[in-house]
Amino acid sequence: MLDSQAPMISVRNMWKVFGANPEQIIGNPDADLTRQELRAKTGNTIAVRDVSFDVAPGEVFVVMGLSGSGKSTLVRCMTRLIEPTRGELRFEGEDILQVDEKRLRELRKTRFSMVFQHFGLLPHRKVIDNVAYSLEINGVGKSERHSRANEVIELVGLQGYGQAYPEQLSGGMQQRVGLARALAVDPQVLFLDEPFSALDPLIRRDMQAEVIRLHHQLGKTMVFITHDLAEAVKLGDRIAIMRDGAVVQIGTPEELVAKPADDYVANFVRDFPKSQVLTLRWIARPPAIGEDMNGPILPPTITVNNATRQIVESNLPIRVMENGNLLGVVTSQDVLNVISGSEL
Amino acid sequence: MSTTLLSRPSNESKPAEKKRSKLGFRLSILTCVFLFFAILLRGIATLPLDTSSLTPFQNWLNSVSDWIGNNRTSNPIFTFFINIIRDSINSFVTGIQYVISQPIGNNSAPLIGWFGIVVLLSFVAYAVANIRIAILVASGLVALGLLGFWQESMDTLALTLAAVVLALIVGIPLGICAGLFPRFEKLITPLLDFAQVMPTFVYLTPVTLFFLIGPASATIVTLVYALPPALRITAVALHEVPWSSVEAAISMGSTRMQALRKVQLPQAKRTIVVGINQTIMAALSMVTIAALIDAPGLGKVVIRALESLDIGSSFQAGLGIVILAVVLDRTTTAAASKVDAEMTLAISHKRHRQILIAGGVLSFVAIIFSRIFTWAGNFPGTGFIGSDIAKYTDNATNWFQAHFVNYTDGITNAVSYGLINPLQSILTNSPWFVTGIAFVGLGIIFGGKKLGIISSVCVLGIVGTGLWSDTMATLASTLVAAILTVAIGIIFGVWIGRSKRADRIIRPILDAGQVLPAFVYLVPFLGLFGATRFTAILAAIVYAAPASIKLMADGIAGVPATITEAGIAAGSSKWQMIIKVQLPSARRALALSTNQGIIYVLAMVVVGGLVGAGGLGYLVVAGFAQISLTGKGLAAGLAIVLLGIMLDRITQAIAARSTLQGNK
Repeated sequence: MLDSQAPMISVRNMWKVFGANPEQIIGNPDADLTRQELRAKTGNTIAVRDVSFDVAPGEVFVVMGLSGSGKSTLVRCMTRLIEPTRGELRFEGEDILQVDEKRLRELRKTRFSMVFQHFGLLPHRKVIDNVAYSLEINGVGKSERHSRANEVIELVGLQGYGQAYPEQLSGGMQQRVGLARALAVDPQVLFLDEPFSALDPLIRRDMQAEVIRLHHQLGKTMVFITHDLAEAVKLGDRIAIMRDGAVVQIGTPEELVAKPADDYVANFVRDFPKSQVLTLRWIARPPAIGEDMNGPILPPTITVNNATRQIVESNLPIRVMENGNLLGVVTSQDVLNVISGSEL
Repeated sequence: MSTTLLSRPSNESKPAEKKRSKLGFRLSILTCVFLFFAILLRGIATLPLDTSSLTPFQNWLNSVSDWIGNNRTSNPIFTFFINIIRDSINSFVTGIQYVISQPIGNNSAPLIGWFGIVVLLSFVAYAVANIRIAILVASGLVALGLLGFWQESMDTLALTLAAVVLALIVGIPLGICAGLFPRFEKLITPLLDFAQVMPTFVYLTPVTLFFLIGPASATIVTLVYALPPALRITAVALHEVPWSSVEAAISMGSTRMQALRKVQLPQAKRTIVVGINQTIMAALSMVTIAALIDAPGLGKVVIRALESLDIGSSFQAGLGIVILAVVLDRTTTAAASKVDAEMTLAISHKRHRQILIAGGVLSFVAIIFSRIFTWAGNFPGTGFIGSDIAKYTDNATNWFQAHFVNYTDGITNAVSYGLINPLQSILTNSPWFVTGIAFVGLGIIFGGKKLGIISSVCVLGIVGTGLWSDTMATLASTLVAAILTVAIGIIFGVWIGRSKRADRIIRPILDAGQVLPAFVYLVPFLGLFGATRFTAILAAIVYAAPASIKLMADGIAGVPATITEAGIAAGSSKWQMIIKVQLPSARRALALSTNQGIIYVLAMVVVGGLVGAGGLGYLVVAGFAQISLTGKGLAAGLAIVLLGIMLDRITQAIAARSTLQGNK
């Protein structure tokens, strides 16, 4: 559904190398050394390695990786909080790496905003003035920016807390302020850098639901950074998995679980409850000779979890059909295989 | 966090144990070789010099001083530059003096009489802090008047104020630059280190050479001393602002100025106010010492009394300085915590404003009063309470000396014969090259080739000043005081570091102790132990101990809980915990507290020259007093600086070493 439109953000061959003379590392055989070897030899670190991807309008694009994989650097390169060493970055077709400081600030003020892992709230300002900060530096008058700020505060469920100071709020509420602040200027893209990693599991779940709700309500394009696979699967339309600065696989949650590109990704998704994301399309198999072909019909887009009941209750193999074509059959044995993890 | 991409290369891990025992081995070899040659060659090449004789270098310094004196009114550097600076600072200071301390025109009182000042300053204290502080300020100021030192106190305050204003005007913007631009910070850090390590005493003479004695020189030396804290703490304040909030501001499209103004400075405000507190206290401390170069105020009374060994008067004036210090310190400290509170508590601004307006009107009325009525202009009475205090102090000291002379003499003699004399005799009788090589060896052992070179430059420089023997005498006193200071630092530091209760009770005393200007400490010990080396050493210990104790206590308290818990879980007794777990873990704190101890002690031992401690300090004082000894005084100042740099670098290297080992 997303591929047909022009991308909102497009990243091409982006590199970020830390240390002296970063340019010289790219294209040099040194770039293929391991991180430790490179650091010992030249003192450089490659944080982002030849990364390319597109983000479609309205999409939630998740970048996932362990700490040190370069995902935070990548998201900072995308907003030029860190200057990429090389590569191309387009935002609605505009070449972001070429724009001057002034235009960059304008983009930051109006088009994209960011939510941070440690919130980055201003402790000396009340919630309302935190939320109104970017409007304030945009030169919006006080009464106007406060009324706008109140709207977003309400949107994130913080009504009544406008006059509080950040440190009087719980972690979850502080991050709601962070979200409200990012939404205040009505940006086109939200960059969220591990926004919930510092929160308790229960609060994290609430906040994830909140993000899903806001996404449905506002339809913003989001680039979401996380190290938590469950979070990535829950929120992401597509997920990019990073390792040592490089993207090892990009795909829908289903694709990652069903067809890991390499052992690294496979290892990652191994313990993930596959039945949550796999649809029947992935487990339908050609019917065996003599198998009964009179069982119930199910579409290929339904997840294994949701189909389990019907499959188990049926005595006959389930037929997976799309547009009148038979894609394959599924029995309770196949479902058991998925759930117990021995399949795929 | 995933931005921490720089994985540490695994250092080859030589067992630290082995390294340390190697260090110990080298140190003992060095000590043995030094002692062997020092005793074998004793009396040879000790470079002694009579007080009245001068080396060619010192004569040359004299002629430089003469040349400056002769060209002061003709050379363009003076007429177009130095004299102009002097005149403007002088008028700035006298301007403030006319407002608060010196009679103006035909009036017998300054522009604002004492009553006006008491009300105004109490109101300011209320505005920046709270009502309790306002009461403290009012009673402190009245106490100064009752002591009989109203005008002297206001002179001291005027000078302090002038220096603080200049220090802040220069220091805060530079501090902001240092906080924003790491390269600039790296550039000025050594300069600041130098200004802070240098004993305050030594830059008095060079400054007077150019700016003559008087308020201008006093302000400039105070500025030199008070600027580093203002600058440093401002930079630290900016560093402390969490990067995440700066990053957030930039991500929202703030310009650099906006991020500074709206994000960094508001969050840095509290620490900057702490910096202002430090600046004020440093300035007050220096302004009193600047009395040696004719700065008006309380310091002058103390110095005059110290020189004539008039315990009563020096105590009386010293008390005045203490009161002033407490008032200034409490007010600015309370102001800093108020900044903190304002950040989170929504104070009712409207009511606050009404009170401020009322206070402002009240102060204005009081000022008018102090202009119209004589009682409100000049502080009434003749300060009889002050002279009573002086009298009682004298009586008490006499009584004490009469009854305890055996004890005080006993202590003096024990320390003198047991510690100072042997050490001094080894150091002054050893050939200069033996001691010098020992220093270079120390440098190499702890800091490698680079420190060896620094040490040798310092040693040769000291020899070049022609004051090697005096330097060794000063070094002996410094080492004795430093050893005792570190011992006290360890004992109290461990105690405070281990007990929250001890911390609560003792820390405020230490804080108060650090606030007092250095030579106030000389007064009580002069009363008890007379004008001796030992008095200077005791004053130095008391002056240096708070810094040393606090560093040590923080080190002990900072030992990670997991380590102490593991120690307890392993069944260690209290002593085993201290000796085997806490002290070794706090090695770096121990080294730092030694470093601070030595720097503080050196500064104070030198000031001890005022009360007959001899050595380099005495030569500096003599340089103020006699024109023929100006060159020698300058050379002595230089020798102090070189000695200070060398001691500082070596102890810093020891601290850096223990950090490295601590991390492994």
